[in-house]
Amino acid sequence: MTRAFLALLRRDLILSVRIGGGFELVLIFFLMIVALVPFAVGPDPNLLSRIAPAILWIAALLATLLGLDRLFQADAEDGSLDMLRMARLPLELAALAKMAAHWLASGLLLALAAPALGLLLSLEPAAMLPLSLTLLVGTPALTAIGAIGAALTARMRRGGLLSSILVLPLMLPTLIFGVSATQAALGGGVPFRTPLLMLGAISLIAIVLGAWASAAALRMDD
Amino acid sequence: MTTMFARLANPTVFLVLTRRLLPALAGLTALLFAAGLYLSFAASPADYQQGDTVRIMYVHVPAAWLSMLIYTLIAISALGTLVWRHPLADVAAKTAAPLGACFTLLCLLTGSIWGRPMWGAWWVWDGRLTSVFVLFLIYLGLIALQRTIEDPGQAARAAAIMAIVGFINIPIIKFSVDWWNTLHQPASVFRLGGPSVDPTMLWPLMVMAAAFLFLFVTLHLASMRNELLRRRIRTIALLNSRTQPA
Repeated sequence: MTRAFLALLRRDLILSVRIGGGFELVLIFFLMIVALVPFAVGPDPNLLSRIAPAILWIAALLATLLGLDRLFQADAEDGSLDMLRMARLPLELAALAKMAAHWLASGLLLALAAPALGLLLSLEPAAMLPLSLTLLVGTPALTAIGAIGAALTARMRRGGLLSSILVLPLMLPTLIFGVSATQAALGGGVPFRTPLLMLGAISLIAIVLGAWASAAALRMDD
Repeated sequence: MTTMFARLANPTVFLVLTRRLLPALAGLTALLFAAGLYLSFAASPADYQQGDTVRIMYVHVPAAWLSMLIYTLIAISALGTLVWRHPLADVAAKTAAPLGACFTLLCLLTGSIWGRPMWGAWWVWDGRLTSVFVLFLIYLGLIALQRTIEDPGQAARAAAIMAIVGFINIPIIKFSVDWWNTLHQPASVFRLGGPSVDPTMLWPLMVMAAAFLFLFVTLHLASMRNELLRRRIRTIALLNSRTQPA
């Protein structure tokens, strides 16, 4: 069972590396959003450094959504989803493997790239490591929640928009605690640990719920 | 209880039963609204601090309770769809979602009108306001999902999964005023140690809450009947198109 899980994970990672529109596009999209903000709000460094954690989190959220609509759709189209459903590996674990591959090719990279992009937004150096840490802990939740929407709309032709409408409200708690953890690291009322632990809890719940709900959604038509 | 649910699984029994029940329910709703509106506008005192604006409460609070109650009903129906495959569960969930969205919007709007004179702002991003707003968005997403998938059976199961996942927001709304120290006042009716609202205001509020509840039940049953009839027409049309080749 572990072998099947790892094989699926490996396959999805290879696909995201070799097929255009994979992980590098996610990073470029992330960079684009960050570059757009100074044009929109003006290049004042004080303002930018104050809203930098929020911008980076929103950019991460949008960049995560980007790859999600193809998460199950591509498999539904070429029939590999039917193979996965017949396989001995429980569909919940298959969904988990796909979620893990998606996170490795998006969330993890975003967390690693965030400090460099923080420089562009004159983020305070003290906040860079905490910001990366919050993204590392929080983005699995974004992937897992997004996977539910992706699974629900897997067989629709233009499910991307509907999927975003469904999952964005559910991603709000992650966003709230992610940004408040970064703000706490910059000095505030609460210690950094509290919102970070909440963020970890949200991620763990979201992973379990996401695996279960997306598997249920993929089994919808039988 | 189980036998009643099983008997209602037959849509025809449900249609007959609700046809007899609906006029009585509608009459009761009208009576409760007449009593509730009289009590809340004429017979209850103005607040010593808020003046007459406190009367917004008699619409705002019942709408807020209903917004959460209806979502809970949808989540239970979702279980009915996924676990027991009850044929009416999906009809109940599908027709409750637009009603729930309406009551949530009513709650947000009256809250906003009440907030303007009391807090000095139409809207603040406070814990409870935000979580009710998220509930409204979840309702809209749910309605969009139900309408997008063509096959009724698949739409039902997709919406059921979404409804259960979104149910996490309900406890967040309920306890938001206890978890975060916010502008919105904490629970004042359903709390340990009894309600902190004065009886002269509690009674009108309860009558209005009952009126709103029966309004919802009436509208929901009527709309479930419509949905059942609509599905019958769809089935008949499909059968006809199959038997009569063009």
